[in-house]
Amino acid sequence: MIPVGFEYVRATSVDEAISLLVEHGEEATLLAGGHSLLPVMKLRLAAPEVLIDIGRLSELSYIRVEGDEIAIGAGTKHRALEASELLAKECPLLPAAAHTVGDPQVRHRGTIGGSLAHGDPASDLPAAVLALGGTIVLRSPRGQRTVPITGFYTGVFSTVRDPDEVIVEVRVPRTGGAGWAYEKFVRRANDWAIVAVAVVDGRIGLANMGPTPLRASAAEAALADGASIEEAAALADQATDPVSDVPATAEYRRHLARVLTKRALTTAAGAAG
Amino acid sequence: MKVAITVNGQETTADVEPRLLLVHYLRDVLGLKATNIGCDTTSCGACTVLLDGESVKSCTVLAAQADGSSVTTLEGLSSGPDDLHPVAAAFRAEHGLQCGFCTPGMVMAAVGLLSENPKPTEREVRDGLEGNLCRCTGYHNIVRAVIAASGQDPDEVTGTSPRPGVERSPAGGVAAAPGFSTGGAE
Amino acid sequence: MSILGTRVQRVEDPLFLTRGAVYTDDLVDERLAGALHLTLVRSPVAHARITSIDVSAAREAPGVVAVVTGAEIGLEPVVLQGGAPKETARPFLATDKVRFVGEPVVAVLTEELYQGQDAADLVEIDYDPLPAVVDPEEALKGEVLLFEDLGTNVVGGFGLDKEFDEHLFDDCEVVVTQKLVNQRVAAAPLETRAAAAVWGDDGRVTLWASTQNAQSARDAVAGWLGVERDVVHLITPDVGGGFGAKIGADPEFALVAQLARITGRAVRWSETRSENMTGMLQGRAQIQTITIGGNRNGDVLAYRLDVLADAGAYPRLGMFLPYFTRQMAPGVYDIPKVESRARTVVTTTTSIGAYRGAGRPEATAAIERAMDLFAAEIGMDPAEVRKRNVIAPDKFPFTTKGGATYDSGEYAKAIDKALEAADYAGLRAEQARRRERGDTVALGIGVSAYVEITGGGAFAENASIEVHPDGTVTVLTGTSPHGQGHATAWAMLASEHLGVPVEKITVKHGDTDLIPRGAGTMGSRSLQTGGVAVYQAAGELVELAKQRAAEVLEASVEDLEVAEGAVNVRGTTTSITLAALAEKEPLKVQTKFDSGAPTFPFGAHVAVVEVDLETGRAVVDRIVTVDDAGPVLNPLLADGQRHGGIAQGIAQALLEEVRYDDEGNPITATFADYAFPSAAELPSFTLVDMATPTPLNPLGVKGIGEAGTIGATPAVQSAVIDALSHLGIRHIDMPLAPLRVWEAIQAAKGDA
Repeated sequence: MIPVGFEYVRATSVDEAISLLVEHGEEATLLAGGHSLLPVMKLRLAAPEVLIDIGRLSELSYIRVEGDEIAIGAGTKHRALEASELLAKECPLLPAAAHTVGDPQVRHRGTIGGSLAHGDPASDLPAAVLALGGTIVLRSPRGQRTVPITGFYTGVFSTVRDPDEVIVEVRVPRTGGAGWAYEKFVRRANDWAIVAVAVVDGRIGLANMGPTPLRASAAEAALADGASIEEAAALADQATDPVSDVPATAEYRRHLARVLTKRALTTAAGAAG
Repeated sequence: MKVAITVNGQETTADVEPRLLLVHYLRDVLGLKATNIGCDTTSCGACTVLLDGESVKSCTVLAAQADGSSVTTLEGLSSGPDDLHPVAAAFRAEHGLQCGFCTPGMVMAAVGLLSENPKPTEREVRDGLEGNLCRCTGYHNIVRAVIAASGQDPDEVTGTSPRPGVERSPAGGVAAAPGFSTGGAE
Repeated sequence: MSILGTRVQRVEDPLFLTRGAVYTDDLVDERLAGALHLTLVRSPVAHARITSIDVSAAREAPGVVAVVTGAEIGLEPVVLQGGAPKETARPFLATDKVRFVGEPVVAVLTEELYQGQDAADLVEIDYDPLPAVVDPEEALKGEVLLFEDLGTNVVGGFGLDKEFDEHLFDDCEVVVTQKLVNQRVAAAPLETRAAAAVWGDDGRVTLWASTQNAQSARDAVAGWLGVERDVVHLITPDVGGGFGAKIGADPEFALVAQLARITGRAVRWSETRSENMTGMLQGRAQIQTITIGGNRNGDVLAYRLDVLADAGAYPRLGMFLPYFTRQMAPGVYDIPKVESRARTVVTTTTSIGAYRGAGRPEATAAIERAMDLFAAEIGMDPAEVRKRNVIAPDKFPFTTKGGATYDSGEYAKAIDKALEAADYAGLRAEQARRRERGDTVALGIGVSAYVEITGGGAFAENASIEVHPDGTVTVLTGTSPHGQGHATAWAMLASEHLGVPVEKITVKHGDTDLIPRGAGTMGSRSLQTGGVAVYQAAGELVELAKQRAAEVLEASVEDLEVAEGAVNVRGTTTSITLAALAEKEPLKVQTKFDSGAPTFPFGAHVAVVEVDLETGRAVVDRIVTVDDAGPVLNPLLADGQRHGGIAQGIAQALLEEVRYDDEGNPITATFADYAFPSAAELPSFTLVDMATPTPLNPLGVKGIGEAGTIGATPAVQSAVIDALSHLGIRHIDMPLAPLRVWEAIQAAKGDA
């Protein structure tokens, strides 16, 4: 219930946060909304020695159109994504997925950057951004770099982010009238997904079907080849590696991935404008 | 480290450990005991307060993160037991509380919900309270209370028939918390 | 106009909704100033010998005042449950062996709360693991023994004196047997367990504890501390839910008191939820084999119930619950031949205690499953089969073959009311339409009929009422509310006779110095014992007031009546207020009411579920309930008790289960993993009213607290199975969570 003690510093800018990361090295962790980090610290499963609070950096909180992409500040809260009229119009998959994260209280604090950095394969936003084919912008003492989401995750809770890097922005395409859907299977409303499927523009992102969010590539290829939704959905669990745990066996997850993909593709086909 | 947080309209400040959770700042530093702790996995919502007007789980916010911000707890909602805030009054009228442990968090979550969705449907109320667990009421009357507080008719919105029996609302209430006769809590 | 039967809003609420109730962890009391915080180091393994305990580093940690082991605590191990074998004594802090994950081993006392876990993390304990035994059927084999000296894992049983009658079903055309699991669940009240203690210069200890019964908690703790009862002054602050798991005392209460004694300081303890999910008593956990036999015309002739109950590691109240299960085995049915037995075994898991219904939901779930299976076997509608076999209304009081004497009931009427309110025929038609269309969302309808035994085994209760010179009234009760609203309900009962408004009536409970005798709140006993005692006391006070007023007013007692807080000479303006009488001489009565026997509320539930055949997910669309506990004192409160019970009943049927892995590690020990529902998972409930009085007390009331749970669980289980009956599925064990339902569908398709 009580985290191990730590030092706390508040960064007044992204650049300051980076310097603090450099200064404290491996002992330090960034704190944004804290709703991935603090629960883990309270159970003493993690005990960073320094927390660098970037939760109040307004420079990281924005949603704006940039060409045919939407640029979203990494510090943008799930609530802001959920409520954004701009996103509802330009990239509706993202607010729909954000709406299912946790519960309202969690959404008032959690950020897209924090969620993507945390790398829980059961989380909603990584799967949605993966389906969108988004990119992640990181800044470090070496400058800024952009990593496509497809290359961002390396394993459970593992990303290519260097210890001295800060996620500053997430970019997603404007999806126009492309059909989309988000299907999330849970026991209780505010649970993490047992399995979730994000569909947009013929791309399919899967949550909790492996150590990282995954694309259902075989299903996507089948669709592109003209297969029916039924035929494509039957391939949704190919090349996945789901775990067995309290609510679900691996086999059940595979089944859910196929069913939810079918439903999501059906909804998306109906929604395509 | 020093934190300064406006709580229920009052400026407060204290020297705290960085790891001090906001819920403990409220309960133990300020002595505002209404906000409760019901779990250790950010699941139950008993600790819900408003932080800069938005509902948050105060067990998962550091006091340090609330530095410079404004917090409202249940104690700051009504001006007194005889003058309940409309949401609190609705909870009483609809019997939306039994043991009362989830109630402060539930009421604050409801206040937050209604500020974002002033005329919710039953589904929206139920989904909007997904972060608040109650073991006593089965939620039926909590949902009614939130709907009533929004100015809508709970019977109409939930599609249930009015229950029988004449209604009575005794004024105020007894001076001592029932059962707690010698603890000096007054 | 009578206040009884009106929807009086609670007098507790204005404070609960402004300052908040005052739970044990909220206490601000000068006696607790500077109290030490207790953090317990608990076993992370299910079954092991302790080979060493090293607290040296912990003792040096910041803020540590003491670190105490079992060798130093000064309390002998005790058998926590009367009637359990002496070999199952539990140490207050384990020394040689641990028998469940969560068993307390070391106590750490710090000046501040936050220092506690830091110091506890420095305690080093070496465990030499032993095999765990989690499955009661494995425990029965006795290959791994929890208590070597006992030589067995069987710690209790009922009905083991005779063998089952192998001819019991000889005259039955149809016999069905099924193994059932009534799964282990967590009580999970929102307030975890908490206690605080301080010793005074007078040699007494003041102990605050979150309990459902101060008096029996005081008795238990005094016994464990080795002191006379009156040395312990136990005070119950507001309690955030109990559901049976807070009946009496937990050994941690004695630990807190003893640590306060050893250190000479006040000590406070409030467990975390994770500790609560292994440390607090859990519920249900029976494996049952049912056999039901009868004729093709629908008559049930014989029923057998064989129970294997899990006690957890150290026997607690759970040891005795199978007795209730056997007693209530035949349910609402008039079955000519019933036999049952129960065995209770220990396992390396959390101990089992009472949980909303405590032994009776298990009986109801079993007989209702049996009736459904019988109905399916003979191809008869499950509601029809039930109505055909219920005890006829003119047969009460009726002693069943389970051994209970039911006081009053109209079971078929309850079933019919529920069916009608649910539009049963319409539902069956809709179910048929969906099947014809091949819908992927199936409709299922489940009907349950239940009767339950209330009174909590303690049929006597005390009450005292005093009118003060200022016109206010104090009621003292031996009950112990933790959400039930007794402060309002008992005030209503007193107000009815005295005519004093409820705002002026304070109801106190839970302080053993103020109220030395009381049996608390459990087993749905409170209204029919404690409430009636209050009503009786108020009546006696009225008589006393009239006697006194007769002298003062120089009138005869027959001409006097009490109304609106005053004694009036009928037909005149001559009167004297109760307050004025109290000014002359204390106006107080104390009484005891003993109904002598339990009452039997009953009802019927109709659950309507939708099952997604592709995913296995079942959702309750509607549940219609008849819960008849006699005349209703306060419909607002009674409805609330029904709602809460129904929600817990649904949750057991669909969602909740405490699970352990094969090594005895709990895998559902946080609120993130343990699936108790939020508002999003439940519908609004449809309540139908029926009130059949009991002859056993003057108000005719029975107990409502647990009835909703008892009726809802089997109705919902039945509904989900019913949704799948066209696939040939006859039974699925609880919880009918999506995975299990899906696996059943796959098995039925032959795709297992």
